[in-house]
Amino acid sequence: MKALIKEFTKGIIRENPTFVLVLGLCPTLAVSVTVANGIGMGIAATFVLLGSSVIVSLVKDFIPGRIRIPCYIVIIATFVTIAEMSMKAYSPVLDRALGIYVPLIVVNCIVLGRAEAFACKNSMASSFFDGLGMGLGFTLALILISGIREFLGSGQLLGHTLIKGFEPIFVFGMPSGALLVIGLLLGFFNFLKNRKR
Amino acid sequence: MNIQEFLTIFISAVFIYNVILSRFLGLCSFIAISKETKPALAMSFAVLFVITMSSIITWLVYRFMLLPFNLTYLRTISFILVIATFVQLVEMVVRKSSLQLYRAFGIYLPLITVNCAVLGVAVLNIDMFFANGKQLAGSFYYSIFQGICVGLGYTLAMLLMSGIRERLELCDIPRSLKDFPLAFIIAAILSLSFMGFSGFKFY
Repeated sequence: MKALIKEFTKGIIRENPTFVLVLGLCPTLAVSVTVANGIGMGIAATFVLLGSSVIVSLVKDFIPGRIRIPCYIVIIATFVTIAEMSMKAYSPVLDRALGIYVPLIVVNCIVLGRAEAFACKNSMASSFFDGLGMGLGFTLALILISGIREFLGSGQLLGHTLIKGFEPIFVFGMPSGALLVIGLLLGFFNFLKNRKR
Repeated sequence: MNIQEFLTIFISAVFIYNVILSRFLGLCSFIAISKETKPALAMSFAVLFVITMSSIITWLVYRFMLLPFNLTYLRTISFILVIATFVQLVEMVVRKSSLQLYRAFGIYLPLITVNCAVLGVAVLNIDMFFANGKQLAGSFYYSIFQGICVGLGYTLAMLLMSGIRERLELCDIPRSLKDFPLAFIIAAILSLSFMGFSGFKFY
């Protein structure tokens, strides 16, 4: 049990997929304009991560080593399609906001990375918690980035105005603002890590 | 199908919605391989080729296999499979036919499978040039042309970025900002300058 909890918590801070492993940045940057989009993307990615980790860990003994990557991609793509269709059915607004970045979860390096680095070597239970932790870490990173961007770019959080009379800095809602925020955040986390040493 | 439409696709794919700097597709390879100009250029050509070819293949798959049988929900799975197979095929052909070419960009080819730009363009083509389960006039040519233009946009961003990073090699950079953080900040400034194109209007 202790080992499982460790697998779960490592994805949140120590091996955070966005800030420490620097994986899967395309969706992170593209959808982080508002917190709502960020949470939606995080949940979709967590679902795919969870599903594919469990299935890969279950079938790992039946897949020949040489064709494992295409097999993983098919498994991942299946879960992405499920996520895509359910999002279209239950939340069309979110689906329109995320646009092509939902099908692009297939090529999100976090998902394939966890299948290749973790799920194909470990048991189902630990893969489940690893996927959950990584997904949660990804979601938290998305919330952090999109929170900063939404607040500075439009003066709001989750659609509510926080400070009256705040002059929004439009560039943070633009693509370049996303790159700037992630660059500075990565630098900040590096700074913390260097100081600890 | 007219010249104006092609020009619109060109300007918007290369400048306004640059694949890296405003759509964020293919960002991983952009940050990882843009340290020097030479590998950056080799990677760009590989991406240009694969995007163009996969635009053609995925259009054909969508038009003649998925649409007639009402299987459009299989779009993501079939596209990624086709792209992965195609990339594998190209790698095998290049390795057998020209060792020199293989050394130049062979190692970047497997990376392209998981490059979101390739799948992104394929999905974008379908979203833009098909409406209500029917192809728009000239959509095949538009799709190919958009593939080429996105590849050119990727090349442009890659060249700009690698040129800047080559010069930064000798600079004194704060330790925490080295590599990734600085690359993102440079990309942010580049993207800011590309925003100047977004006021372009046609017609």
